[in-house]
Amino acid sequence: MYRYDEFDHQLVADRVAQFRGQVERRVAGEITEDAFKPLRLMNGVYLQLHAYMLRVAIPYGTLSSKQMHKLADIARKYDRGYGHFTTRQNIQYNWPALDRIPDLLEELAEVEMHAIQTSGNCIRNVTSDQYAAAIAGEVEDPRIISEIIRQWSTFHPEFTYLPRKFKIAVTGHDNDRAAIKLHDIGLVVKKNDAGDIGYEVHVGGGQGRTPFIAKKMADFVPKESLLAYLEAVMRVYNMLGRRDNSYKARIKILVHETGEAEMRRLIEEEFAKVDASKMLAVPQEEIERISAYFAAPAFETLPAESAGFEAAKAEDADFARWVRANLVAHKQDGYGIVNISLKPIGGVPGDATDVQMDAVAELAAQYSFDEVRVTHEQNLVLPHVKLDDVKAVYDVLATQGLATANLGLISDAIACPGLDYCNLANARSIPLAQEISERFADLDRQYDIGELKVKISGCINACGHHHVGHIGILGVDKKGTEFYQISLGGAADENASIGQITGRAFTEETIVDAIETVVTTYTDERQDGERFIDTFNRIGMQPFKERLYAE
Amino acid sequence: MAQHAAKGARFQAVTANRLSDGEVVYLTDAHQWTEIFAEAAIADGAEAAEALLASAMPSDFELHVLEPYLFEVLEDAGAYKPASVRETIRAAGPTVRLDLGKQAEAGA
Repeated sequence: MYRYDEFDHQLVADRVAQFRGQVERRVAGEITEDAFKPLRLMNGVYLQLHAYMLRVAIPYGTLSSKQMHKLADIARKYDRGYGHFTTRQNIQYNWPALDRIPDLLEELAEVEMHAIQTSGNCIRNVTSDQYAAAIAGEVEDPRIISEIIRQWSTFHPEFTYLPRKFKIAVTGHDNDRAAIKLHDIGLVVKKNDAGDIGYEVHVGGGQGRTPFIAKKMADFVPKESLLAYLEAVMRVYNMLGRRDNSYKARIKILVHETGEAEMRRLIEEEFAKVDASKMLAVPQEEIERISAYFAAPAFETLPAESAGFEAAKAEDADFARWVRANLVAHKQDGYGIVNISLKPIGGVPGDATDVQMDAVAELAAQYSFDEVRVTHEQNLVLPHVKLDDVKAVYDVLATQGLATANLGLISDAIACPGLDYCNLANARSIPLAQEISERFADLDRQYDIGELKVKISGCINACGHHHVGHIGILGVDKKGTEFYQISLGGAADENASIGQITGRAFTEETIVDAIETVVTTYTDERQDGERFIDTFNRIGMQPFKERLYAE
Repeated sequence: MAQHAAKGARFQAVTANRLSDGEVVYLTDAHQWTEIFAEAAIADGAEAAEALLASAMPSDFELHVLEPYLFEVLEDAGAYKPASVRETIRAAGPTVRLDLGKQAEAGA
């Protein structure tokens, strides 16, 4: 893992001290809320319905066990004993008091963490593939370039007041688990015929009220030129992005209004200048220094099969089912990738208690080379677990309520905090996720339904990624009452697509029945081996509409 | 942000969030801020509502609360309750963690 150098430490310590002074002045009435609000937002502090909310950055979703223990400590000490993992691989605390946040941030800094780049119109925390360095077929660990981007973008003076927020995601694998085409910039690590590493660059994706799939702007930007290319994209956006209307201020609108070809021309014109200056050419020794932090752990040479693991599966049917759903093949023989579902049946998607976080941290220390990952689907991952140890890990997870065997299934829904917490929301999301998981609680039924991504947002800002759910649900407000709109056929992977709305919205009482109607339409219509998304792509919207709106 | 005050609302109250911890608070008849919705001053009619909101606006209040606004309340069997789901949740706490928020404090 990356470790802070003296500059990183100083930067974060200075920022905490600065924010402490700002909070003190605000509480003493020396500065107004209008002056203070942008300052608190630059430090990840939002005001929600019931309390302040602090969003803590987890760069590219990677945590050490020490960091995870600290997140647990903070939940205990400054919050109400839990935290919420988000669709941007961050964690949010729902109840911190304003005047205690500087102390909280000081504690976070002890473990090289902060809340910088989690709010405001800057380049936000970079996200990546939760299976980085663990999955076979990866071109290169995407966290190397993610860390380089983090260092370049943090407090970048030219990009501190962008027209709007800006999100970058990176995948090192052709199977996209980081939803890169739904980001302002999405990068795919590539290797050219000469064996050199470079990046395919996608620009202008995003969700919110105007969803777009990103356009491929470059097939291969060489590694040493990537920052120059990113700087060029940012400059074009910073100069031409709209500042008159916040709904039209994201780069996706600029790309759409300017046109793909003209946008590419503008970027390349700027790129030529920046690249020629060599100002942003990352020195080879710096690339090597950062790469070294992400060197593969000291894997043991093991047989591909573990007799103990196979025996445990044969003996324990629950364990076998959990393995089938939550264990993913590792690139190293004798290891597996353990997915920890934060979607217990009837639970709150993405929530984890302090005790659960401590348990996961201990498992990481003991069994996974000290690493935990956070996924944009609001789950956790132990990336490098020996097959021989998987049963022991499972047994601990089971005692903590963390062994739900539902990865990628209908009850593994993404849900934003919604109207239970969020100041922007129009409707609740969490209770709907809970009701759906309870309706489909039977695991055998879930396995029969197969891969099905349900994504729920409580408003059009789409933090719950409803546009790209196989089944997307959007909460809307009609005269103070909640209604829910369904969309079908969205996808966030390498075949990204925006879902289509089925028709008129459903009430709180009828929405779960409607979801069941969608699911049974699929199971009635599917052909052998088809997932929900395959069936939808083959038969289209009409059969679903007919069943949903039959009188 | 969702619409707070419905057009033609008869009864309204003033709410805000407390500066120190973000807690939901309501303006009382005595021009104090309370955490308890049942203690909120209820304005009858648009004019009274505007006057109530205006009384929450003096600058010294900025030291204690953030962004006061009006929201609709309904009369139900002699008691008042917030009209919207949003304000019902603000008054009571998250509906998904009944062990937290005001439900827990009220021992409900």
